[in-house]
Amino acid sequence: MVTVDARGLSCPQPVMLAKQAVDKGQFPVEVLVDTVTSRENVRRMAERFGLNVRVEPSGDGFKLTLERRN
Amino acid sequence: MTERLTRFFASRWGIILAGAAIGLLAPLLQKAGNPPNMGICVACFERDIAGALGLHRAAAVQYIRPEIIAFVLGSLIAALLFKEFKPRAGSAPIVRFFLGMFAMIGALAFLGCPWRALLRLAGGDLNAILGLAGLTAGITVGVLFLKAGYNLGRAQRTHTAVGWIMPIFMLSLLLLLILRPQFTKDGAIFFSKSGPGSLHAPILISLGAGLIIGFLAQRTRFCTMGSIRDVILMRDTHLISGVGALLVVAFLTNLALGQVKVGFSPQPTAHSSHLWNFLGMSLAGLAFALAGGCPGRQLFLAGEGDGDAGIFVIGMIVGAGFSHNFALAGTPDTVVDGVVKVGGLTPYGQWAVIIGLVLCMLIGFTMRAKTTSEV
Repeated sequence: MVTVDARGLSCPQPVMLAKQAVDKGQFPVEVLVDTVTSRENVRRMAERFGLNVRVEPSGDGFKLTLERRN
Repeated sequence: MTERLTRFFASRWGIILAGAAIGLLAPLLQKAGNPPNMGICVACFERDIAGALGLHRAAAVQYIRPEIIAFVLGSLIAALLFKEFKPRAGSAPIVRFFLGMFAMIGALAFLGCPWRALLRLAGGDLNAILGLAGLTAGITVGVLFLKAGYNLGRAQRTHTAVGWIMPIFMLSLLLLLILRPQFTKDGAIFFSKSGPGSLHAPILISLGAGLIIGFLAQRTRFCTMGSIRDVILMRDTHLISGVGALLVVAFLTNLALGQVKVGFSPQPTAHSSHLWNFLGMSLAGLAFALAGGCPGRQLFLAGEGDGDAGIFVIGMIVGAGFSHNFALAGTPDTVVDGVVKVGGLTPYGQWAVIIGLVLCMLIGFTMRAKTTSEV
């Protein structure tokens, strides 16, 4: 499992970092973000690459868990 | 319900709705009194505000534009309603200030922000093609820096009051617009008596249109720079579908209102100095890419509590002051005795664009502290 901490980073860093982690292929990939913008951007990227996305509140922001579809 | 609305606004139809709303409202604002091919222009309107405050003395471009005020307030309202108001600051603010300043110098060399470039094209001004090509070139360079690790660092959560500074600044501007105080004889607040600054829609109409756009753009994250960046960086066409909707709807609305005139010159508040249209917008595009948003997006971010975006906006307003005080802004083409006299940039303006490009390159090369993101 890989965790990406993208909190406090602005566009397009959260998506870029999440994408880099996805490209490494060590699933599940956890992404921490602190704005709804970043949450939706990372979610859209993950769905575009056919991944399952689970979102849950985490502290002041959100945790997205990206997994390969079985 | 809130969550479902959020998902809709984040969808492709959401962003198309935001782009279409801007494409419809901008030509209507022009019809209601705003300058030709300038129903909305974030750079020009911030420049007009700088002029009204006396930060520059170009008499033709001085007015406190309610649209700018309403963009921030509309975004604030949306952010509060959807619980997204999040005060944050601290990601290299001084860099963002200078990026804002030079973004404005570049945009005023072309005579418009990306929104106005699209609106100019939708009104038949073919010079906008050079501007949009330059914008794309500048963003492409910005993407190369992003890929090489360029990063201005993390913003931090901060006091709630920090997030209110820009909205309160905008409310103060609104008060100055309504009360029109005269601080000294022949001094600020200035309001143009002729030229583009004297052309404006009624205040309530400008405010209303601005609030709608601010609200929709905050919900959908509408961003012209981001739209081009995402296509180059990730082949992601989400944002650009909003930009496409803006262009198509603005063109159709202009057609319906008889506001289309195709050609290079003369066009309203535009010059046909192709090289400097291209390079001016290259500078603007690069600065927007390094700062993470187009001028409109920076206003919407400022409305939802992003202090760094607020600094970028202030940088743009100050940049407009320098731009006109130092004769850096583009001069429109004029027609003298039936002959078109091509405008463009003074040597000072040309040097300013080149210096801005060099500065942005230095920022791109030197500020790539790798953030350790994996924990």
